[in-house]
Order: sequence, then structure tokens, then C-alpha cells
Amino acid sequence: MAYPITQPTNNLARTPKTGLVVNNAAQKEKLQHKKAFRAIRFEKIFKGGLPFTGILILALFTAIGLTLVIYAFPSVKALGFSFFWGKVWNPVEHIFGGFPFLIGTLITSFMALIIAVPFALSVAIFLGEYFPKGWLSGFLKGAIDLIAAVPSVIFGFWGFFVLVPVIRNIEFKLGLPANGLGILPAALILAMMIIPYAASLATTMIKMVPADLKEGAYALGATRWEVLKNVIIPKSRSGILSGFLLALGRAIGETMAVTMVIGNANIIPTSIFSTGNTMASVIANEFSEADSPVYFSALIELGLFLFVVTLVINMIGKTIINRTKIS
Amino acid sequence: MKKQTLKKIIPAITLFMALIAFNSCGNNNNASNGKSPDSNNKEIVILGAGSSFDYPLFSKMFDEYHTQNGIKVNYQSVGSGAGISQLTHKTVDFGASDAPMKPEQENDAGAAVIHIPITAGAVTISYNLPGFDQTLQLSPKVLADIFLGKITKWNDANIQAVNPGVKLPATAIVVAHRSDGSGTTNIFTDYLSKVDADWKSKVGTGTAVNWPAGLGGKGNEGVAGLIRQTPGAIGYVELAYAIQNQMPYARIQNQAGKFIQPSIESVTAAANVDIPADGKVLLTNTTADEGYPISGFSWVIIYKEQKYGDNTRAKAEALVNLLNWMIHQGQQYSADLDYAPLSEAAVNVGAKLLESVTFNGQPLLTAKQ
Repeated sequence: MAYPITQPTNNLARTPKTGLVVNNAAQKEKLQHKKAFRAIRFEKIFKGGLPFTGILILALFTAIGLTLVIYAFPSVKALGFSFFWGKVWNPVEHIFGGFPFLIGTLITSFMALIIAVPFALSVAIFLGEYFPKGWLSGFLKGAIDLIAAVPSVIFGFWGFFVLVPVIRNIEFKLGLPANGLGILPAALILAMMIIPYAASLATTMIKMVPADLKEGAYALGATRWEVLKNVIIPKSRSGILSGFLLALGRAIGETMAVTMVIGNANIIPTSIFSTGNTMASVIANEFSEADSPVYFSALIELGLFLFVVTLVINMIGKTIINRTKIS
Repeated sequence: MKKQTLKKIIPAITLFMALIAFNSCGNNNNASNGKSPDSNNKEIVILGAGSSFDYPLFSKMFDEYHTQNGIKVNYQSVGSGAGISQLTHKTVDFGASDAPMKPEQENDAGAAVIHIPITAGAVTISYNLPGFDQTLQLSPKVLADIFLGKITKWNDANIQAVNPGVKLPATAIVVAHRSDGSGTTNIFTDYLSKVDADWKSKVGTGTAVNWPAGLGGKGNEGVAGLIRQTPGAIGYVELAYAIQNQMPYARIQNQAGKFIQPSIESVTAAANVDIPADGKVLLTNTTADEGYPISGFSWVIIYKEQKYGDNTRAKAEALVNLLNWMIHQGQQYSADLDYAPLSEAAVNVGAKLLESVTFNGQPLLTAKQ
């Protein structure tokens, strides 16, 4: 902390200039000491506070996991493992199979990621390498960050009123049952929502590639494309992948926008035009009216399932990132 | 200077958040006893939770009651199931539900509860048929077959048969239903289970069911949105919602064989049947001649013995008086908000039930009325 050292010297220099009364000097010094001690005390508290807050987060995470396990227990006991591959979700007969929702969640979020990656990567290369400065890049950056700030229900609305009719027309021309809702609009909406997450981290990573590496490559006669392909992308690869992982996590957990366009049919989707449902969407839809203990518990187990799926995907992602790291 | 303040602010915020976290931990225990023993002297606040269908009517009623009697009612529109569970956990004084409690839920409640019919509503069958401007007529069998996915075209011979002299288009039918658990779904599926054996065995009755066909929309607005957007769509929405949004709705054939237009009058008519003493009757498939067949009561549910936890006599009295006001004077606000006023039979049953509510064994209602 620079404050206790610099401040007194500053003051000593200033005192004669401003012509303060000499008697005050001692008092002033006392005050300075007091301030310095206060600063040190504060620093101590701050230092002590850091691990405390860190542990608090960890404890919260564990507590959420534990709560889910405890509340999911009646359903685990009643349904056993059939919950994970059961294909029927029938609250009337108390048959709960979460498999269609797992498939729905995975298909929509991975499709969204596949759609989002080319766009996110182009944006990142454009903003990170070709136009890192200037009003245009500032404007573009702001616009992309703004997408991340749009509430998901707005995306849902837009999807429902704009995207769904377009897809319905396509389905009609293809001779399919034309309702427009389903996996495709859900994946498209999700892709739009996650682009900023993937792009902004990738932009930073591309910007961080050291200039001497690039200049070295140019000096060897490489073209811009070659530098991009052989130096910039490999060097920033692991960071870019982290961004994609973050984006995927966002897509898996998204609820509102998806529920508005996916059709909420509890079936395993058979094509991209088919309707379906996701885990998060089912929980949000049915939670408030889950009127029997097993039903309620089954929804919580679905939440636990989602929790685990997210963890597993994150772990796989982290391994891939570590393997592709170039130091 | 800026850095300095920042350095001070960060630990301050950290501390503040930690304090909040601790505080909320501590508060958890107190949350349930918002009604402390000495609430006699304080202003009485009655807490309720449940049905979102009731919410607009309740808001109006409670607002009027507050200006007339100075008693505040705090109602959370969280859904029927959640309302029942909050009553069972005794975090509210009354629950409101569009479906009567199931036996297992009554078991969970631990003590006797009573169901007071508070208002009636209906489920309308709305549709979107471009170029078709007459009113659609549907028989119970046709309706069930559409929602079972057996009838898939609008010009199907079975639909045509109940709509004589009307030309129906060859559009494909798109079924729209609620994706969220809902009392509306409960009334609708209860009706279909009563009129169609196939529906009863394949799907059954519930606030959420395993739909054999169609798309799900969240809430009345979700289903209405699907119907509006999709040519050839058919779905069910609450009567009040359909009236306020000027949606077309079908006439449904009742037990007497008449095709009845859903309206406030035909719903009240549906409720003018013999009502059992416990008030728990589903009005679907009514025997009333002019009654709309997909109607249902909404209930306020309270404990019969009001002495539990730290509930006070004064508060229990206030609650019973409020409910008594709601089934009598309160009914005048129904029609303006497109709710069906209670039939006389229903009011009588409700009043009888309220008389049976006790505090420590002593009846509460006779004191004032």
C-alpha cells in the first residue's frame, strides 16, 4: 500500500509552501500516523475477508448440491435409475423419465454452440486482430456486449413472433407439420444469446498474443492468413475454447427463451423441426403446481441431473482446454 | 484519492454482503411467525397464497375490503399447488386453489381443512381458423379426439357432423395446451376424463398430464399466443382471458345435448346444481340444462380448527369474517372482471362451512353475523 509512505512526504513538502502554522506540524504528524494505522488495520481486515468470502462461495455451492440431493431422495427411492433413461413423463401416473429432456437440453445447446462458433470466431478475429482500435470496432464491441445484456425473455419474444413464423413457412414448403416451434428455433435463439460470451473472451485472447511472435512470423515472410492460422489461433486456442465452454454453460441453463419457442412437448426430438423440451424448461414450467411429493421430488432430481450434466461437461471442457494449451 | 475510496469500498461491500448473508440465515426461523402472539394490538394482516386464476378478482375484493373494514390481506399469486403447500406448512392463513385437495395432500395437512367455493370460472376452447367466421360447435367426443390426436384435419367428417351447414377448411389441426402445471388444465382434463373413456385411460386428470399431441405454451398468454400465431390451432384458455382478449371460442355440447356458449351466465348456471356439504364438487360435465360443461369452482382452503401455531382468536375471526364477506357482498365485483358469481346453492354451502370453523372448539362466525 503506497499511501502511508507517499502521503507524509507530500505533506512535508507542502507545509512550507502553504504557510501553515508550525505548531500544527506535530498534530498533523499524529493524524498521519493515525491514518496510517487505520489503513493497516483495514488491510488486515480485507486480507482476512478474502478467504472468508471465498469459503462462503464454496460452502454455498456445496449447500446447493446437498439440498438437491436431500430433496431428490424420495424420487430416487421411488423411481430408481429408470429416471435417467425413462422416456415417459406422466405426472398423473407418477411415471417420471428425464431422458427426453436430457436429449433436448444437449441437442439445443450443442447445436447453438455449433451455430455460434463461426460467428463468434469471426467477430473475435476482426476485433482482436484486424481492427483492434477505432470507432467502428468500439461500436461493434459495444453492440455485441449489449446482446449479452438483453433479458432472455426478450429473445423469447423475438423468437416467438419473428423467427417462428419464418420457420413455419419453411416447414410448410417442405410439407412438414407446420407449427414453427421446436429444436431449430430454440437452437437459433440460444446461438444468438451465447455469441457475446464466446466472442468477448476470444477477442481478448487474440489481442493478448505477443507482438514479437507475430512480427517474427511476418519477418519470415508469412502472409496475414498464415500468421493468423499458424501463430495467433494456436497461441490463443485454449482461451478461445474457455470462452466457448462458458457459452455452452449459458446455453444449457437457459430457460425462458427456450420454453417460449421449443414447443414444450415431452418427447424425444426426431429431427430439428421436431418439438421437444429441456430440463430447465420443464422445471420452470411444472414446479409451482407439482402437487404430490414424488412429482416435486422428481423435478428436483431433474435439477440435480442438470447440475451434474453441467459439471461433467465443464470437466470435459477443462481437460480439452488444458490439452490444447501452448505455453 | 479515487484508489483510496475504492480500497475502502471493496472491504465494506464484502462485509456488508457477509452481514446480509448472516442476517438472512437468522431471519429464516422468524419468517414463519410473522404473526407474533401480541398481534392483538397490531394491525391484523391476513396472508393468503395460491391460484393465479383468482388473483385479479381477489385484488379487487381485498382492496375493497381494506377500504371498508381496514383489514389488510396480502395475497401471493403463486399457483394452486404452491398455495396448498404453503397452507400445509402454515406460512399463510388461507390457500386458494382451482382444484380440491387430493387425499394425500389432506393427509399432509395434518388436520381437517375445509374448502369454501369462492368463485367460478370456465375453460373455453379457442381456435384459429382463417376465413372461418362462424362459431364452431364441438361435441365432447370430437373434442377428446382432437386432443388425443385422432382427428387431425379441420374438415374431418366428425367435426363436420356437429357443424351442419358450415364449410370447414382442410387445414391441419395444431393442438395447443398448457406447458405449466395449472388449475385450468385440471378442469379441462377432468372434463375430458368424464366424457371420454379413452381419454380417461390414456391420459387422465391432473394439473399437468402427459399430452398425447400438440404444443405447450406457458400460461394462458402462452397458449393464446400459440393459437393466434398458428393457423389451424385449437387450445384451451380461461374464459376471462378469452373474453378480455376477444378470442373466438367454440360452443360445447353439454349433457342435456345443447350447444352452450361459454359466458358468465352459463357458468353460474352450471354451478346451480346440488352441491355436497363439503363444497368439493367439480362442475365439469354439469347436469344443468343451460350450464356450460367445462366450468369449475375455485376454492379458498383453511384449517377447520384455527387454533394452531401462534394464531390468535382475533386473527381467526378476521379471516372468517373476510371469507364470509367474500362469498356474500364480495360477489358483486365478479361480473365486471369476467368471473361468474357464485350460484345461490354454492353461497349457502359456503356459509354453512364457515359456521363450522372453530377456534379452540368455539365457533367463530356466529359472533358477528
